[in-house]
Amino acid sequence: MIRTIEEINEKISKDEVVVLTAKEAYDLVKEEGVKKAASQVDIVTTGTFGAMCSSGVFLNFGHTEPPLKMETVKLNSVSAYGYIAAVDAYLGATARSSENPEYGGAHVIEDLLSGKRIRLEASGTGTDCYPKKDLDTKITLDQINEAIMFNPRNCYQNYAAATNSSDTRLYTYMGALLPKYGNVNYATCGMWSPLLKDPEYRTIGIGTRIFFGGSIGYVAWHGTQHNSSKPRDENNLPIGPAGTLALIGNLKAMNKRYVRGAYFEGYGVSLMMGVGIPIPVIDEDMMQQLSLGNEDIKTVIVDYSVASRSRPIVREVSYQELRSGFVEIHGRKVPTGSTSSWALAREIATVLKQMILEKRFFLSEPVEPLPKDRIVKPLEVRRR
Amino acid sequence: MSTEIVKKKLILSFSPELAELPITYHLVKDFDLVVNILRAQISPEKEGRLMLEIEGEKGKLERGISYLQSNKIRVDSLEKELFHDKDLCVNCGLCVGVCASRALVLDENDELKFIKEKCVMCGICVKICPRRAFKIEL
Ligand code: SF4
Ligand code: SF4
Repeated sequence: MIRTIEEINEKISKDEVVVLTAKEAYDLVKEEGVKKAASQVDIVTTGTFGAMCSSGVFLNFGHTEPPLKMETVKLNSVSAYGYIAAVDAYLGATARSSENPEYGGAHVIEDLLSGKRIRLEASGTGTDCYPKKDLDTKITLDQINEAIMFNPRNCYQNYAAATNSSDTRLYTYMGALLPKYGNVNYATCGMWSPLLKDPEYRTIGIGTRIFFGGSIGYVAWHGTQHNSSKPRDENNLPIGPAGTLALIGNLKAMNKRYVRGAYFEGYGVSLMMGVGIPIPVIDEDMMQQLSLGNEDIKTVIVDYSVASRSRPIVREVSYQELRSGFVEIHGRKVPTGSTSSWALAREIATVLKQMILEKRFFLSEPVEPLPKDRIVKPLEVRRR
Repeated sequence: MSTEIVKKKLILSFSPELAELPITYHLVKDFDLVVNILRAQISPEKEGRLMLEIEGEKGKLERGISYLQSNKIRVDSLEKELFHDKDLCVNCGLCVGVCASRALVLDENDELKFIKEKCVMCGICVKICPRRAFKIEL
């Protein structure tokens, strides 16, 4: 090890820290080599911004007079889960409004963050301690007690790109897929992506402090579907979906620029989240991983026309090719589209770098490492 | 006669029997117009639709349109425009892959560029943008 997280934090306090974004680190290693870069740089910042369906907020509304046990809860006609004590609810990003199918939990979250007034309707059965049976009011984010964003699965470590070999257009969470390999859509921010820069979770673990939607948040756990035992290639990278993170933070402190509602035609609502993770350069191996570029990072293109959990793989592809605007499939040039914003990923890495330089962000040592032996089990549906 | 040069986007609709008529040839040869075919849907059994951008002297363009109309071709001018709202856009680039006319591209800063002149108003991007950043305006 060439430096510890403690030492890096000391350097931050003394204005001596050297922080580069993922792209700057890539360029430096190209010029100076891994060894020299590792000796110079303390932290490399990463970022990602894209649709992360598995997101939502816990809200505590406060008690009415007389109190009501909120069992059914609706926010702007979007149902939230109300069976968490009396006045707490969890609003899932993908929940849809009963009135407008293009509006959902993610849009309520964005509206709350924008300071808008949200209609809250709630009802309960009425008990001795909670005699009130229903309410219909307006709330704002400032008014309520807590708004804790807890996202069970964010920051996918690589994701498969999607295409469609069939004769009909498909509408998916990967966007519209045009018939006969008409396009290829991909989801990961390539060399900006946090988990592709620390692929073995050497510095990212439970308790890691992160940039979360414009505020400071934390890695709470490994994310759902954390598929960490996936085989790695010669660059230590999994080709296709692998690890994930569960993240927690304060919605009230977030910035609406990095938390946006989305509606995918024919699929539904999702939340676009911005996350950034600083990676401490603890040794040369870490710097080596951090120096990988889009040409070194690969994923698979899968055919979404096969409606099965194991879709056929069309080919392997590098993010450099995906990013060029075209990929080749069966000798034809096919245009590509991205569901993530690389412009915002870069912005997040740059903002995070600035926060560190201004001593507004210190690194944290993970409390526990993320598990490295997880597989994702399918659900077999059996008749009794 | 006016020699002012004008440019118009037109949609021509015609019955199947007119599909054989060399429309663009006549517009170019007889009326001295620059014709750019933006989109064409001509099937033998159905009504044909042709989206053209026509440029030329004002008077000649008007006479060209009268020629089309005298041949029972319906001519609608396409003055609609696509509006891209930068505040709503997150520069993901999902629209880039579906725009067949390459009117949408990501630039060197990873930001979306909308090249209005190339847009043929197919409307696919309006439907697929997860941020609803495109609007068709009259
Ligand atoms: S799909 Fe929408 S949000 Fe994404 S780049 Fe295009 S216009 Fe912007
Ligand atoms: S409407 Fe949208 S997809 Fe169609 S040509 Fe114009 S910019 Fe491209």
